[in-house]
This record gives sequence, structure tokens and C-alpha cells, in this order.
Amino acid sequence: MEERELHLAVNGASHAVCCDPGTPLLDVLRHDLRLAGPRFGCGLGLCGACFVLVDGQARASCDYPAWAAEGKQVTTVEGLALAEGSLSAVQRAFLDLQAAQCGYCTSGMIISAVALLRASPSPDEGQVREALAGNLCRCGTHGRIVAAVMKAAARRGAPR
Amino acid sequence: MTAAGLPASLAANPVLASWLDFSADGAVTISSGKVEYGQGVWTALAQVAAEELGVALPRVRVAPVSTGTSPDEGTTSGSRSIEESGAALRQVCAQARLAFLGKAAAELAVSAAALGVADGKIMMGGRATGLTYWSLAAPGLLDREAGPPVPVKPPASWAVAGRSAPRLDLPGKVAGGPRFIHDLSLPGMLFGRVVRPPAVVAELAGIGEAALPPGAVIVRDGSFLGVIATADRVAVRAARLVAGAARWHVTESLPDEDDLKGFLLSAPSEAVTVGSRHDPGAAASAARTLTAEYTRPFLAHASMAPSCAIARWDGGAVTVWTHSQGVFALRQAIAAGLGLADRQVTVQHAEGAGAYGHNGAYDVALDAVLLARAVPGRPVRVLWAREDEMAWSPFGPAMLARLSAGLDGGGRIVTWRQDVWSNGFIGRPGSGGEPRLLALSHLAGGRPMPPAPDGPPTGAAGSTRNAVPGYDIPDLVVTGHRLLAMPVRTSSLRSLGAFLNVFAIESFMDELAAAAGADPLGFRLAHLSDPRARRVLGEAAGLAGWPRRPRRDGTGYGLGYARYKGTAGYCAAVAEVEADTGVRVTRVWLAVDVGPVINPDGVINQVEGGAVQSASWALAERVRFDRAKITSVNWDSYPVLRFGEVPDVSVRIVAAPGERESGAGEVAAGPVAGAIGNALADAAGVRVRDLPLTREQVIGAIARS
Repeated sequence: MEERELHLAVNGASHAVCCDPGTPLLDVLRHDLRLAGPRFGCGLGLCGACFVLVDGQARASCDYPAWAAEGKQVTTVEGLALAEGSLSAVQRAFLDLQAAQCGYCTSGMIISAVALLRASPSPDEGQVREALAGNLCRCGTHGRIVAAVMKAAARRGAPR
Repeated sequence: MTAAGLPASLAANPVLASWLDFSADGAVTISSGKVEYGQGVWTALAQVAAEELGVALPRVRVAPVSTGTSPDEGTTSGSRSIEESGAALRQVCAQARLAFLGKAAAELAVSAAALGVADGKIMMGGRATGLTYWSLAAPGLLDREAGPPVPVKPPASWAVAGRSAPRLDLPGKVAGGPRFIHDLSLPGMLFGRVVRPPAVVAELAGIGEAALPPGAVIVRDGSFLGVIATADRVAVRAARLVAGAARWHVTESLPDEDDLKGFLLSAPSEAVTVGSRHDPGAAASAARTLTAEYTRPFLAHASMAPSCAIARWDGGAVTVWTHSQGVFALRQAIAAGLGLADRQVTVQHAEGAGAYGHNGAYDVALDAVLLARAVPGRPVRVLWAREDEMAWSPFGPAMLARLSAGLDGGGRIVTWRQDVWSNGFIGRPGSGGEPRLLALSHLAGGRPMPPAPDGPPTGAAGSTRNAVPGYDIPDLVVTGHRLLAMPVRTSSLRSLGAFLNVFAIESFMDELAAAAGADPLGFRLAHLSDPRARRVLGEAAGLAGWPRRPRRDGTGYGLGYARYKGTAGYCAAVAEVEADTGVRVTRVWLAVDVGPVINPDGVINQVEGGAVQSASWALAERVRFDRAKITSVNWDSYPVLRFGEVPDVSVRIVAAPGERESGAGEVAAGPVAGAIGNALADAAGVRVRDLPLTREQVIGAIARS
């Protein structure tokens, strides 16, 4: 397909990118916008490592054509911290509970968790597991990740 | 000459300055030969250094591993990093501390015995002397070889080590920063992709017309085929076009995936006895003999990230960035494979996703070297497609264990025979003197990958790791049968043969206990005199509320135990399994004794992860193939356990400060599999001996019972 200029809103800033509009959004984020947070895992939307928020919904960016993101708000894991001025509550909880080993799936996990907590601020453990159903972890840190999401929810729910 | 009695890693790399650097003011940079891949080893090593030097942990940095600058500690594998690198660094730091104190004493004209260290400051009588490690370090204080071993701090006096420390690498990972090799961007970097053959054995016959995108070039050497482009997306498109235009002669070379037992027993093999002891009197007392066979399929690493590497040729020398576990072995293999001298190859480590053994990391490095050779001076990054990661990384071999044991009239085990059939596990580059890099078998004039060796017959290597049961059995023979043909490429996968051997032994222990009319816990304890073994079993059973928690229909409990390698960490597990419309592991309780622990939370994280991965292998994983090619090439065709399927895991560390340190990453694999198998038998009332323990296997076992 022919290249054309795409206009993307990513992490609160607008970007003009010249590419084949069918290029996966993930590749545009990583290559053109130099955002390392979304990771390439499988290319078919099966593992969750590349998850980003598109208009607040967690979804795979590896099988999402860049043109489809035009006119939408895209947030990567880098953008979560930007919005809050420091690490987001979910990210802090991941550190508190050391909820990772290799960390390659972590960005996608955090994105799924943030999308869940925006839609459902006080989830039970079953809802957390369901919200993370599209995210794979190969190191076996699932229990810590679930606990981190629950902790972030509790912290956000607590009076400040 | 190197001083006697030093830790092996230090004896091999005796210059203190190769381990420690104080050139950045206020910071200590440690160099280890062990690489970080999410197991947390850098944090633990930093704790060791901080403890022994007497500096605050945040002062310690860890240098990236490189063949140019790092001590050669071989491969980061086998749960040996703390044992090897930890011991070396501890001794290095203890000697460095004494060297600093000696120099300070000379400058102050006092006795070194009057001096101490507080966070890197030299202290005397509780007051700062004005001297610090950093003021004393220059020039060249540590440019000397380690002397005879000096005393190190005993675990009882540890203040930094022995306490949970947050991982040094996690803040960057949680922030989504550029931490991985996949994120490295070098000036002028080009992007390569490899077009792998459509079958395990295939020869490139030719390439038809392919209208490549502008700027993309093909690199071909024999049946090795790749493309280089200015962007990865262009390389991906070019690779797809080239793949469509390539014509291959395919040979059907793979066994029948539904008859792995037949394959294992009929392939040529060599037998090695790895354990034997004889007691004719005891053997003669056997009143009855039980026999059973247990199998596992081929298993995949299935790392979260496809393998990636960067290479750049500058004249006759090549620099390689890799996430492999052995930078020195990779250097040698690349040099040997391409006819270079070792000094022409520099290999630099960069972090990758979690590695669980010998995955595609080494192979993609050679791919990058071969593609970069076509564009001298330009770095070329090669990323494998997910499908190639799944199909072309080495696999953990399929295995068969045939066990037979005699019980005497009192229900004691008096004889044990164990035969294990498997391809070799030691297929890393350099093993058996072979470079063993994938593309070498595809190059013009290349040769097929030779079958993987299996390590020396110590009972701890390769497929026979943990094949000798740790129980008190008077008459015993254990034999490994290494396959001499390797239709499916195999190598190291976490815990090597221990996963299947312990699954088999622990399943069989329950079968023997049932035959003897004994409780599984009591039966094990009756055959275990090692007090550390008894303790972990007791602790795990206690955590789980053994012998029987209040039980629901279709729920079962099972035990598993092993001492990893027969000589390393102890682990006991209890699993809770629900078997109704499917098989689900809901809880796992573990107790581990790995000797003195540097970072307790790090150990717990490793054991939790090992337990979950073992559950995934045991319940879900199986490499699929037809007669020509691997067919499980993505997460839909190679499922692993997801959030809704993984068990809750509880880990208790059993303190053993006076013992030898040992690793924690692999201790859980076997015991958890054994516990799950036994819990399934308890829940379903039938014994399933073939992994994975799927619903279909249970139905088959019920039909046969």
C-alpha cells in the first residue's frame, strides 16, 4: 500500500507519521515514535505484551493497523506516568510487590490493569484474572500481578 | 600462580579489578560473568558485594556482561549463579576490603586492626578518618591477583544480604523504558529478517521473481536466506515476499507425534549407568514388584519475546549484542563456525525476556552476524518472528522413564530400577566441541546439527538429572539411554531431566505407597533419613494441612519432593487439583531449603515462578509437529496456562544458614509436577502417567481402568 501521513494522538501529544497506513500501530509506536514500552511478543494479539489503551480500552497494538488509531487517544505505559507526574498507582503497586521477573510482559499487564480499574475501581480477584486473560506471563509471576492490581485498587479506593 | 582454595570462578579470573571497580566516586561497579534475565541474580550479587565490602546497597551497580571486560564464568544456567559468582564476588570483596584497610593503615600509620568500614568510609574508633574506598582506590590497588582465601562474613552477621531487597532492574521495566535488546538502537542500524525453511529438513532449490520493496536486499548462502532493509517493517514485508518466491525440497524427517514412546524406544541410543548399589539380601526380600512408565512430550521455551540480536562487522572483527546466557561460548561458537579467531569476535550481553534454558538467543546472534557480513560497518538487528521462535528454538526433549520397584513384606522399598530414554539436554554452543548454531546447518557446505550430548554420567547431568531417587533404597540401578538420532532439535530447558524424573519417581512413590497401604507422606518419611529432606516435607505438609484438608468431590491432594540434582536445594510441594470437566491446579504449597538465602523475596519469586511453569508444563504444554515441520508455532497452537488457570502458590523458606548456598530457580519443577500428578490421581481415582495431564488423558485412563 502507498504511504501517507497519519495523524496520531499518543500520550497526549499529536504526531504526524508517514507510513503505509496498514503498518501495525505497535511498529509505529516503537519505530517512529521511539516508545519502547509496548513490546512485540507474537504479532497476532495473542500474548498482550504490546497492549496499549485506545480510547481507554486495552488492546493489542501488534495487529491493529495504524490508520485505525487516527482520531483516537492512544496511551502507552510511558503515558501513564506522564499523566500522573510520577509512576501510576498500578506501576507503584507492581514495584511494591515485585510483581515481575523478566518484565517483558509487564507493560501490557499494567495497561490491562489500568483499563480495568478505570472501568471497575474495586474489582474482586476473579475480575482481575478475567481482565488479565489476554496477557501471558511465562515467568510465572501471575499471583504477584493479581495481588499488585488488587493493591492498586485498594490504594485508589482509600481516602487520601 | 593462583592461590589454592579460592572459589572456582575466582581462580579462573583471579585479578580483583576484573570484578570490582571504584572509579565512579561513591559507587561500586561489580562485574560478574552471570547475566540477568529476570531471575534477579544481579540484585542478589549486588547484595553480596554490599555486604562484604560494607557499603550501602544503592551504591552498587552491575556492569553489563561482555567478553571484552567481564570475568568468564561460563553459562548462566543450572541454578549455579549464587554458588559460583556469589562465592567469587564475596571473596573478591573480602580481599578488596582488606586491601583498602591495609592501605588506609599505612597512610594513617596505625594498625589495620584498629580500622573499620562504614558505607565505604574508613572508620577508626567510631569516627571517620577522611579516607574512603574511593580516595584509596586509585591507582591500581586492585590490579593484582587474589591471594589465599580470607575469612568472609558468616550469614549470622549479614545486614544487607539475607534480607529481601527490591530488584535493581524492575523500576526501568515497570516504567516501560528501553531495557531490552529489542529496544537497542545503534547509529546507522539496519534491520534483518531470516526466511527459515518450511520444514525441519529442507533444501533451498531456488528463488523465483520477488519484487522487493525499495532498499531491501536478499542475503543467500546455501539454504540460509535472509533480507536486510532500512526498517523492520520493510524487512518483514521483504521476508514475506522472498518466502513466497522460494522453492524448497522438503524431507519428511520427524517421528509420529502420537507415538513418542515408540520413537524413544526404537531410535538408536547409548546406555549409561548413572547410579547403582547392590544389596542381594534386601533384593531377595522383595515380596512383589511394581512397574510403570511415565512420559513427557517435547516442550518449548516459548519465551515472551522472540529472539533478537545485533551484529556489526568492522574490518575483520565483529561485535555482537546478544541476550544469550553464555557470551563466551557464543563468541567461541561464532568464531569456530566462521573460521575466525576468538579475538575477532566481541560479544556483549543485553537483557532479553525470561530465558528458561537454551532458547533461540544464540542462533539469532549468528543470523545477525551472517546478515551484517553483507553490509560491513552497519549494525544489523535481527528479530525472529514468533513462529520461528516457536519452531526453531531448541526444545526440551521428549522422555520416557520406566520404573520398577520391589516391596518387601513390610511395605518397604528394597529394589529400584529406573531407565530413562531421551535425547540429550546439553546442546548448547560448544557442547561436545561443536558450535551448534542453527544457521551453520543451512549454509552452503554446512552440516546437520549433531545430536545433543547429555553431560557426564554423574546422575546430575542432562536427562538423568534426578533419575536416582533420593530415598533410602538398598538395591538400585539407574540407567540413561541417550538417543543418537535427533530428528527434533533438543537442548537445555529449565531443570533438564529432573522435571520428568521427579514426576515419575514421585508418582511411583504414591503408587508404591498405595500398594503398601501407607499414607504418601508417611511412606516417604519412612524412606528418607536426610533431616533436611524430612524438614521440607514436613513444612510443606503443614502449610497445606496434610494429610487431608476438608475435601470436595472431584478435588484431590498430592505430594512431591526432591533434592535438586541430588546435591542442591531441597523442595517439597503439595498440590490441590480439581478434576471435573477439566483438570485444574488450584493451590500449590511449597517448602524449600536452599541453604543461606541472599534475597528471600527473590528466592520466593523464583520458586513461585518455577511452580507455575511446572504446572503449565504438566497440564498444558506439548510441542506439536507433522512428519516434516513443527506445527505449534504461536500461543494458540502452543497454549500455556493463563491467569484463570494458574494455581495460587505459597512458598515457605526453611532456614539453613549453616549449609552451602544453592540456587532456587529450578528446585520446584519436579516436585510440583509430582504433586500435581498425585493430586490428580487422588481427585480422579485413576493414574495418568503421560504428560500433559489433560482431560483427554484422564478419560483415557478411566477407560483403561
